[in-house]
Amino acid sequence: MNSTNRTVVVTGIGATTPLGGDAASTWEGLLAGRSGISLIEEDWAAELPVRIAGRIAVEPTETIPRPQARKLDRSAQFALVAAQEAWKDAGFTGRAGEPGEGPDVDPDRLGAVVASGIGGVTTLLEQYDVLKEKGVRRVSPHTVPMLMPNSPAANVGIALNARAGVHTPVSACASGAEAIGYAIEMIRTGRADIVVAGGTEAAIHPLPIVAFGNMMAMSKNNDDPQGASRPYDRDRNGFVLGEGAGVIVLESEEHAKARGAKIYVEAVGQGISADAHHITQPEPSGNGIAKALQNLVDNTGLKPTEIAHINAHATSTPQGDVGEIKALRQAFGDDVDHMAIASTKSMTGHLLGGAGGVETVATVLALKHRIAPPTINVDNLDPEVDADIIRGEARPLPEGTIAALNDSFGFGGHNVVLAFRTV
Amino acid sequence: MAATQEEIVAGLAEIVNEIAGIPVEDVQLDKSFTDDLDVDSLSMVEVVVAAEERFDVKIPDDDVKNLKTVGDATKYILEHQG
Repeated sequence: MNSTNRTVVVTGIGATTPLGGDAASTWEGLLAGRSGISLIEEDWAAELPVRIAGRIAVEPTETIPRPQARKLDRSAQFALVAAQEAWKDAGFTGRAGEPGEGPDVDPDRLGAVVASGIGGVTTLLEQYDVLKEKGVRRVSPHTVPMLMPNSPAANVGIALNARAGVHTPVSACASGAEAIGYAIEMIRTGRADIVVAGGTEAAIHPLPIVAFGNMMAMSKNNDDPQGASRPYDRDRNGFVLGEGAGVIVLESEEHAKARGAKIYVEAVGQGISADAHHITQPEPSGNGIAKALQNLVDNTGLKPTEIAHINAHATSTPQGDVGEIKALRQAFGDDVDHMAIASTKSMTGHLLGGAGGVETVATVLALKHRIAPPTINVDNLDPEVDADIIRGEARPLPEGTIAALNDSFGFGGHNVVLAFRTV
Repeated sequence: MAATQEEIVAGLAEIVNEIAGIPVEDVQLDKSFTDDLDVDSLSMVEVVVAAEERFDVKIPDDDVKNLKTVGDATKYILEHQG
């Protein structure tokens, strides 16, 4: 075993999204081209300029007992639901070191890396309301452990008994992907044998919605919620906020094979770069993203000719969607022609720090089942989008060894590209 | 009107049930909040605040650490309720 360059595979997946309460129902919704976007029903939304969002399909309190749920921010609740699903899917039945009927795992060789973009923002804002309206004594003593951005990772780590390291990389909308990339490195370099990794976000609250809206970043198509998130379409006018989590179980190939685990795909690795350009605007030439793509190829040896599918970052903003395609052309040239590209945000909305997690689950399943989900709402493809966008219906992927990418970019100029390959 | 011991125990049982999910019938005078009722130090603050409102009593932070059992809390409330 070369302890500094071990092969990493995916052995479990879990998700809770606007399309479904687990990975299977989410995947079914994605393949069917179903939108998870709707009008926000709460009274507080009535007067806002943006009144649409991708609410979670199944409330986490349906599975998390109430005494536990009331001590967890919504983002941590999502993460726990998705992590437990992924853990079970990987064949484990109890905490590491306390296995029950499933295989045992050494807690010292198990890690957890779960990220969110904004952390426990709803807890913070709700508790400030409590402070103002009900006074000092009524502020929950659980406020700090609920709002801290490492809370989802820490709670997953406690739930599964992960002692090899629990981490929370924060990079806005690239956070979930960065978490998975960090986890791949933990295993590749020998720090852990198994890492539970992903992203979560729960930011559907008037303040984030108004703030993103005032940045001119969000779609205000309140009259057509299901058509509002329309990446690559000529008339796209901003993202739609979604909520949820996606978590996967990463494992060294050696460890997975030794226990006879089901292997979804190989986690090939990552490419990372930073724009160092503007705090919110992407670097217009696409150089930053292209550099991340090039780093991916250089770091992993992945050949652009292997890439059959890309789950794009494309959030439905006028500038971002085109910039990503330009960067792909810059990095991969004509090879882009054989890459079937989809933005599943057209259906889930943009889950911010949760996006990298949920979209990795979609990418893994696309490779596993050799079918890629569509981008919905592309009624008129933007002529500047010079690539093969999967429109309307899911698309079968080729036979043989193929790879797929999940792109995630975040405010601050963070560019993270993850690569997976069929086994 | 001041609450009786039975009313205080019943009230604490409802509070502990709400916060920690422990069945009300398990909340008895001899039970330790931490060891028996799954009420950690943070949740104990919630129990105290809820008890203060319910029984019109002030429980200063310095006194909270002496309330180990349901019996301790009941006695404290009986002696200090307004």
